[in-house]
Amino acid sequence: MEVSYYPGCSIEGIAREYGESVAAVARILGIDLKELEDWTCCGAASAHATDDMLALALPARNLETADKAGLDMVVPCAACYSRLKHADKALRAGTKIEGVNGGYKGDFRIKHLVDFIWEEVGEKAILEKVSKPLSGLKAVCYYGCLITRPPRITDAVDADNPESMDNILKTLGAEVKNWSYKTDCCGAEHVLTMPEVAWKMIQKLFDMAEEAGADAIAVACPMCQSNLDTHQDEISAQAGKQYNVPIIYSTELMGLAFGAPEADKWFARHFVDPRPLLREKGLL
Amino acid sequence: MTVAKIPEKISPRPSLRRKIEDLSGQKIAACFQCEKCTNGCPVTFAMDVVPHRLMRMLQLGLLDEAIRSDTIWVCASCETCTTRCPNDIDIAHVMDALRQLSQREGIKVVQKNAPTFHAAFLASLRRHGRVHEPEMAVEYMLRSGGLSGLRKQAGTGMAMFKRGKIKLLPPRVRAGRQVKNIFKKVKR
Repeated sequence: MEVSYYPGCSIEGIAREYGESVAAVARILGIDLKELEDWTCCGAASAHATDDMLALALPARNLETADKAGLDMVVPCAACYSRLKHADKALRAGTKIEGVNGGYKGDFRIKHLVDFIWEEVGEKAILEKVSKPLSGLKAVCYYGCLITRPPRITDAVDADNPESMDNILKTLGAEVKNWSYKTDCCGAEHVLTMPEVAWKMIQKLFDMAEEAGADAIAVACPMCQSNLDTHQDEISAQAGKQYNVPIIYSTELMGLAFGAPEADKWFARHFVDPRPLLREKGLL
Repeated sequence: MTVAKIPEKISPRPSLRRKIEDLSGQKIAACFQCEKCTNGCPVTFAMDVVPHRLMRMLQLGLLDEAIRSDTIWVCASCETCTTRCPNDIDIAHVMDALRQLSQREGIKVVQKNAPTFHAAFLASLRRHGRVHEPEMAVEYMLRSGGLSGLRKQAGTGMAMFKRGKIKLLPPRVRAGRQVKNIFKKVKR
C-alpha cells in the first residue's frame, strides 16, 4: 500500500521516537510511506494567528506536491493534519491561494495516521501482526483537539468521541478505558508562553485518566506527547501531588505488540520512562 | 491576569462590529449568547473576558477593548467553541482575526509571550522552510525572558538533548525560496 507521507517538523526532533515507531509500524504493516518530496512546514498555530493567507499558503504548497503524486496522504501530527485539511478545503472551494498555480485536482485523501491505520489497514491486518498482545495494559486514548475539530474541516464523524485509536489499542489486546477527555486540549504552545495555564490543563487530563483507571495515556500527536510527558515534575509541584504517567505514542504500542526489536530504544527517549510499567505488566 | 477595561456606558458602534465581521468573515451578529462556547472552553479560568462576553463586546463594537484583552492570547485555538456554536460562528477564527488586528495596530500586549512565540516560530520557518525546533526555542526564550529566561529552560534543553530530541543542524529544503516568496507576498 503506497501513500504520501507528510512527517512534520517535530518528527526529527522532539518527536523522534514517534517518527521511528511510525516507520517501524509502517514496515511491519506493509505501508509504503513515500515522504512528500521537499515538504515544508504547515505554519501550525503561528501562521493562523498572524495572517489568514499565510495560514493557507504554507500548507497549500505541500498539497500541490501531493496532488501531483496522486496518492492518499498520511499525517502523524494533529496540527499538521488540521492545517493541511484547512488548505485542502479552501483549494477545493476554489479559493485563490498565494503561490498556488491552479489546476488542483484533489484526487487524493488526507488522513491522520490513526484513522488511516484503522480505516484503511484494518482490524484483520493489525491482528495478524500481533505477536505480543498488550494484555493487562490499562490505557486511555488521547486524541487532542485537531484530529477531529472542527468537523467541517476534519470530516470527523463524531468530533467528541473519535474511536480509531481506541479500536487499534483494543485490537492490540490492551484494556482501553473510556473517558470524556479524549479531545480536550493539552494547552499547545502555552506550555512555553503561559506554562502555569498549560500545566493546569494537563493536570486535569492526568486526574481524569487516573479516575478512568488508566496506567498510561496513548497519544497520536507530537505536541500532545511532549506537553504531557515533559513537564510532569513542574505539574506535580504546582498541583502538590506527584504525577508519573507514561505518555506513549500509539505507534510505539503497535510496535511493541508487533514485537519490533527497537521498541526499547523509543521508550528510552521519554521523560517519564514507560518501561517500568511495561515490565510490571510483563510486556517488555 | 489583567482585566479588560469595559466602559460603564456603551453606545453601540455597528461600524466596528462590521469591521470585525469583514476581517473574520464571520457573522458576529448571529450570536444569541447561549454560552456554549464559554461552557466548552478549557481555558476560561485564565481569561479576563470569557468567549460569549467577548462576542457580545464585538456585537456592541467594543473592538478596541477586545484587541486589548488577554483572552485573545489565552485562547489555545482548540476549536471547541467553533465546533459547538449553534449559529455556525467560527469563534476560534474570530480570535485569530482579533490577534492579527492587535498585532497590526501595534497594541501593547500584556500576554506578550504569545506573539513573541509566533514571531520566533515564523522566523525559523521562513529561514529554513521548516521549523528548526532548538533555534526557535532559543530565539523565543531570549526574546521573551532574556538570558535568565534561557537559563531557566537550560535544564529541559539538556534533558531533551540527552534523549536525542535535539537536532543541531537546521533542516535543508530545496523549496526554501518558495517559502520565502510566500512570506514576501503576504506581508503587508
